[in-house]
Amino acid sequence: MSNLLKVSLSPHIHGKETTQKLMFGVVIALIPALLTSIFFFGYGALIVTATSVASCILFEYLIVKFIIKKPLTINDGSALVTGLLLAFNLPSNIPVFIIVIGSFVSVAVAKMTFGGLGNNPFNPALVGRVFMLISFPVQMTSWPVPAGLNTGYTDAVTGATPLAIVKEGLKNGESLSQLMTQIPTPAQMFFGQMGGSMGEIAAMALLLGFIWLLYKKIITWHIPVSILATIVAFTGILWLVNPEKYADPLFHVLAGGILLGAIYMATDYVTSPMNPKAMLIYGCGIGMLTVIIRVWGAYPEGVSFAILIMNAFVPLLNTYIKPKRFGEEVKNG
Amino acid sequence: MIDATGFRQTAVYIDTRGDEWIDTIDRSGDINREIKLSPEEIIQKCLETGIVGLGGATFPSHVKLTVPAGKRCDLLIINGAECEPYLTSDHRLMLEKGEEILTGTTILMKALRVTKAYIGIENNKKDAIGHITKLAEGFPGITVYALKVKYPQGAEKQLIKALTKREVPSGKLPLDVNAVVHNVGTAFAVYEAVQKNKPLFERVVTITGKSVPKPGNYFVRTGTPVRFLIEAAGGIPENTGKILSGGPMMGKAVSNPDIPVVKGTSGIVLIPADESLRNEMMPCIRCAKCVMACPLHLEPYLLMTLSEKGDFERAGRERITDCMECGSCSYTCPADRPLLDYIRLGKSTVIKMARKQMIK
Repeated sequence: MSNLLKVSLSPHIHGKETTQKLMFGVVIALIPALLTSIFFFGYGALIVTATSVASCILFEYLIVKFIIKKPLTINDGSALVTGLLLAFNLPSNIPVFIIVIGSFVSVAVAKMTFGGLGNNPFNPALVGRVFMLISFPVQMTSWPVPAGLNTGYTDAVTGATPLAIVKEGLKNGESLSQLMTQIPTPAQMFFGQMGGSMGEIAAMALLLGFIWLLYKKIITWHIPVSILATIVAFTGILWLVNPEKYADPLFHVLAGGILLGAIYMATDYVTSPMNPKAMLIYGCGIGMLTVIIRVWGAYPEGVSFAILIMNAFVPLLNTYIKPKRFGEEVKNG
Repeated sequence: MIDATGFRQTAVYIDTRGDEWIDTIDRSGDINREIKLSPEEIIQKCLETGIVGLGGATFPSHVKLTVPAGKRCDLLIINGAECEPYLTSDHRLMLEKGEEILTGTTILMKALRVTKAYIGIENNKKDAIGHITKLAEGFPGITVYALKVKYPQGAEKQLIKALTKREVPSGKLPLDVNAVVHNVGTAFAVYEAVQKNKPLFERVVTITGKSVPKPGNYFVRTGTPVRFLIEAAGGIPENTGKILSGGPMMGKAVSNPDIPVVKGTSGIVLIPADESLRNEMMPCIRCAKCVMACPLHLEPYLLMTLSEKGDFERAGRERITDCMECGSCSYTCPADRPLLDYIRLGKSTVIKMARKQMIK
């Protein structure tokens, strides 16, 4: 024993978890959905993903290197996750320059201006997406029809998403039973054969990723389950009241981005609440807002807005909703 | 001399020659199950023989056995859950001295005037559970329970919750939920004191670590320098970075191996040099893993921030003083944040503030 002994405060051992590992765990969870997306939308999906990931990482690199001038943070994996999630929220035929603008908003505006990882109040990928949706409404809502690996990139044949078909149809006074014949069957939607954002289409692939995230203890069940339960309950009630005017819960869960949002976007560590009780309230809020926007709002899809609105409530939830402390209620059995 | 806490203490060096025992101590190996003393005499005996809690806190046992007026005790809990990872002293003791522990438990039951005792053992010690359960058939009122393996299962309040669903309120004692907890080591010491008239000067100490040549449990007299113990286990390995008195989660890193074993030394753990340095702190990603890990359902990330910023008033309101410093938050943090260090700082400040208020 040549060296002196080291002295420090306990604990003297540390778990194996690191920020980087958690982030790469999320990336692994997203792989099935990425593969499904390539399977249905062809190489366009690859181009969008690559552009988004590369530009997110590049912007973070440039900002840290030249503006903040601190040690580089890009290997923590968070820019990679933001890039992937942003791509998953885009149609697979969107031009490259729009993706770059969206990545800039995501990373530079929504994340780095607040101080980088851990400090941003709003989900960066969603801020980017919503910015793009408002700035480029046409490109952001022309969805390629899934045509397999040979689907073109910007020249792909486009069509409407199931949610948009229903929204438009209801506005024009058509009944739901008629409209349901124009949209894919639940089985097709489950496996991803429908129009929509790159990463949202395949419920099956997203659920596979969910199981992985739970198994690896990267996320807990609270947020996704409370969102989905609220959606099912809320749309279920509406559907029971008038099945010709309101779509059934299964349709609401499978169509659109609710699974992507509930499992991957709403559970973003930085922008979600930090105790189980607050997580459940946050999830319920997202579920309610999503249904309200979908059913009565101007947009056919409302998950992004719902999550961003609830993001704003997170500090409040963290401050006022507290876990039940040990020994708070005296129980004498 | 400097003890495990790092403070200088007055100490007496005993120069021993040979090994002489006074006649009043029964040194035979026979197991004596017949309890002759009355409850009061048992408590007096514990006081005279210097019995303290051997789980690590070394709280005087005679105080714990005296139920104050107005309080009621209906259950004795014997802690066989092993307070920390790496340590196996309680496990070994249960396997080798099962009958003595059960007799000790019966003595404690008599002193507390209770008819019921639970022994909680973690599920990964199947042999001990089997052994003690079988022996307990011959001891009325004692039931053995297998507990889920988790840290900190052996913490007093957690153990009571796991066995009885009762939650000890913040700032209160187990007696407030009518229970008293003693460690298996204490039960054994009580047996030796009451039945064999032997004062507490020996205990089981685990000596372990990844690079220790002969890790194991040793029966050690208090006062033995830790260095002797490590030598008995094969010497201090070349790559040792830290020597811990206690377990890896709550133990203290000692500054030199000449400190003595005391009654509360449950183990000596050697940590290799490459594991004895902390990783660099990263920004909090607000993953809430610390909140999920906290056995007392506190919010470590918040307590750390409040302590860092000096908002001790709010830290107090967020019940920072409930923290038992188990280390689960720092252990689990993916960003390697020193949560517990800051919580300790905040906790001591809040306690000081509360004391000042009391004086006013």
